[in-house]
Amino acid sequence: MKTTILDLPEEELIEPGNRACAGCALGIAYRAGLKALGRDTLLVVPPSCLTVLQGLYPIAATKLPSLNVTFASTASAATGLLAALKVTGRTGVNVAAWAGDGGTSDIGLQALSAACERGDNFVFVCYDNEGYMNTGVQRSGTTPQWAITANTPLKGKMQPNKNVPAIMAAHGIDYVAATSAAYPLDLYDKIKKALTYGGVKYIHIHIPCPPGWGFEPRYAVKLGKLAVETGLYELYEIEKSQLRHTGASLKLMEKRRLLPVENYLRAQSRFKTISDAEMEKIQDQITRKWEGYFKSSEEAQGGE
Amino acid sequence: MQIIETGNVAAALGVKLARAQVIAAYPITPQTPLTEKLSEFIESGEMQAEYIPVESEHSALAICIAAASAGARSFTATSSNGLLYMHEQIQWAAGARLPLVMCVANRGVGAPWTIWNDHQDSISQRDTGWIQIYANDHQQIIDSVLKAFCLAEEIMIPVMVCYDGYILSHTHMPFDVPDSEIADAFLPPYRPPYALDPADPANLNTVTMPDGRPDVRGDISPGYMEIRHLLQHDMVEAIPALKRVEERFRSMFGRGHDPYVEPYRCDDADYIAVSLGSLSYQLHDVADALRAEGVRAGVLSVHLYRPFPDRIIAEALNRCSGVIVFEKALSYGYQGPLCSDIKSALYRYAQGKPFVTNYILGLGGREITTQDLYEALKVSCSPDGGAGEETRWIGLKIPAGGTQT
Amino acid sequence: MPAGDYRKKISLSESGPGDAGKTGSWRIVRPVIDPDVCIPGRRNAPACYICWLYCPDGVISRSVPPGIDYQYCKGCGICAEECPTKAITMVEESSFIKE
Repeated sequence: MKTTILDLPEEELIEPGNRACAGCALGIAYRAGLKALGRDTLLVVPPSCLTVLQGLYPIAATKLPSLNVTFASTASAATGLLAALKVTGRTGVNVAAWAGDGGTSDIGLQALSAACERGDNFVFVCYDNEGYMNTGVQRSGTTPQWAITANTPLKGKMQPNKNVPAIMAAHGIDYVAATSAAYPLDLYDKIKKALTYGGVKYIHIHIPCPPGWGFEPRYAVKLGKLAVETGLYELYEIEKSQLRHTGASLKLMEKRRLLPVENYLRAQSRFKTISDAEMEKIQDQITRKWEGYFKSSEEAQGGE
Repeated sequence: MQIIETGNVAAALGVKLARAQVIAAYPITPQTPLTEKLSEFIESGEMQAEYIPVESEHSALAICIAAASAGARSFTATSSNGLLYMHEQIQWAAGARLPLVMCVANRGVGAPWTIWNDHQDSISQRDTGWIQIYANDHQQIIDSVLKAFCLAEEIMIPVMVCYDGYILSHTHMPFDVPDSEIADAFLPPYRPPYALDPADPANLNTVTMPDGRPDVRGDISPGYMEIRHLLQHDMVEAIPALKRVEERFRSMFGRGHDPYVEPYRCDDADYIAVSLGSLSYQLHDVADALRAEGVRAGVLSVHLYRPFPDRIIAEALNRCSGVIVFEKALSYGYQGPLCSDIKSALYRYAQGKPFVTNYILGLGGREITTQDLYEALKVSCSPDGGAGEETRWIGLKIPAGGTQT
Repeated sequence: MPAGDYRKKISLSESGPGDAGKTGSWRIVRPVIDPDVCIPGRRNAPACYICWLYCPDGVISRSVPPGIDYQYCKGCGICAEECPTKAITMVEESSFIKE
């Protein structure tokens, strides 16, 4: 079931006047995400831009109970909260961890993997702004190839990014989803669906970052949409091992027309050194990937 | 009930009596049998708790930190590099003022790898804001675990109960297991002064500025330094608090000991050997031997290492002529940390200022023979016993730059 | 330990607006909604609310017509960029200098 804007809970669980940069797409995702999680939630937050958004002592920009933890310990802390809820006999309270891409794909991966293997029951959100933005834009495991960052300053990152949802899906957990701040309703529905499953549920959110990627704040949603409409980033869910595209990515399957990836890459100063040849390579990879999707979807339809 | 069991089992029985609610642990020698025992208690239904087998010590303490933040009595245990791997979390737990209890079965640290006993692991965590209690025998281990929860929850500071790996953790000794009904009266269920709760939401361990700033009501909050000053203030307050805990324990269980130091033949002693942990009992024999030769020697075992009961220790030592500190740990480039602490205490409180000398021994499980201890004390228990090198090594087979002797 | 004492010993933050102050002061351009072009404004009924959905700071109300809390609006311009009817114009703050 798809939620509409008018169905989305009106109550805000974050406070205005917070410390996030103007145009920070995390704010969009966080607002929608907390609406999905609801007030009866305990949150875990490792160091990240969210720590900053959530505020400096003694004022909190979140209305949810929230535990700031050390960088590597996010998923384990979520397990600790669950254990405490259980032994103190409290039911009906969700536990959710909300970490950045560094906190998930790099320093937080070990604890997250262990929690998946133990089957601990919480939602783990990775908001992926594709770098260590809070410390001044350094490369992370999810920074895309060729992106200029503060520690890949001249040539850009030489390696492709990790596919974290695929890593998570390999744990055999029931629900893995990829969504984007540019599609808050898709994000909302995925977190809502995640809450219906046990074990670790993993939600990966693409978060355009104006200062980190080098674009004007007003284009934050545009960039998020372009990432999807060019087929570079995909909205999908892997529910009980079944992958299916959702929302705008599902529409791409129907329309069968991708926007050129150049539109996305050239809109960001972090890709300013990318060569035409490299751009073409990226375009080829995307085109081939989607042709594969189109083909398997035809086969599936043909088989009906 | 009197039983004969290992030190690790004594610790596990203490945790069971304390009705710890959340236990998270990662295997490491020589701690492992402790938490294995707890998992057995829980699986068999003897103990009601959540046991979480984690992928690292860092996560073990992460779980305890989060569980305590949400109101659960939480416990973990480790040794050696496991403790070092927790270091960040150890500091975090103290700064967050969580009443955790952790047992440390003391073991040397790598590199090179060693699995045998010394105190370098817990001593290296001295400055983290945890209370450190060193137990000398199995009875002290089980009793200390129970008292540790009581103290931690009274002052909201975590407590480490340290005991010697193998020497205590793996040896079978008789000890009394406190009656569980009395234990329940001694340590009632944990009532957290704050627990994460949607009905009373708060953002904990928030980024805190050097200076205070107005809260939502306009009152000026403390800054980081005030919060840390309160930790120091309350750590010092833990010294009298531990005495109150000890007195309650004694009144309810009919046994107990000085919570700070354990003196042996110190009253008229001219020379006092000082140590942490089980080594002190070996030193008792040496003091007896020296006394038989007319040397008035005594032994002072230090139970409470942090907060450091400096005045109490100085008062225990200030009437003697010489203090000889035996340590299984070292501040590399200087001397044994306990030696430094004792000198500091004596500088402030003892006008007579006995000399202080220092022996490093038993690192990485090097055997400590009573003969070696006897020879060292024989040399040091004399009016000029403080002369020469302040820090000497016992049991070294190849001196630096030398060949095997 | 009494709860009141404990809460003063730790970094425990309570929710409230304006952690970063009146973030409206960050703004150099101000979103101004034209109610005659805005869909809920024109229809005089709840509708659209793309601006409300996408505001990273939650400073736009889901009302008829939508309102903007200028105390806290950081002026990012996402609302103006995403408005399907171009009902929101970003106006230089300097033109409001007399307010």
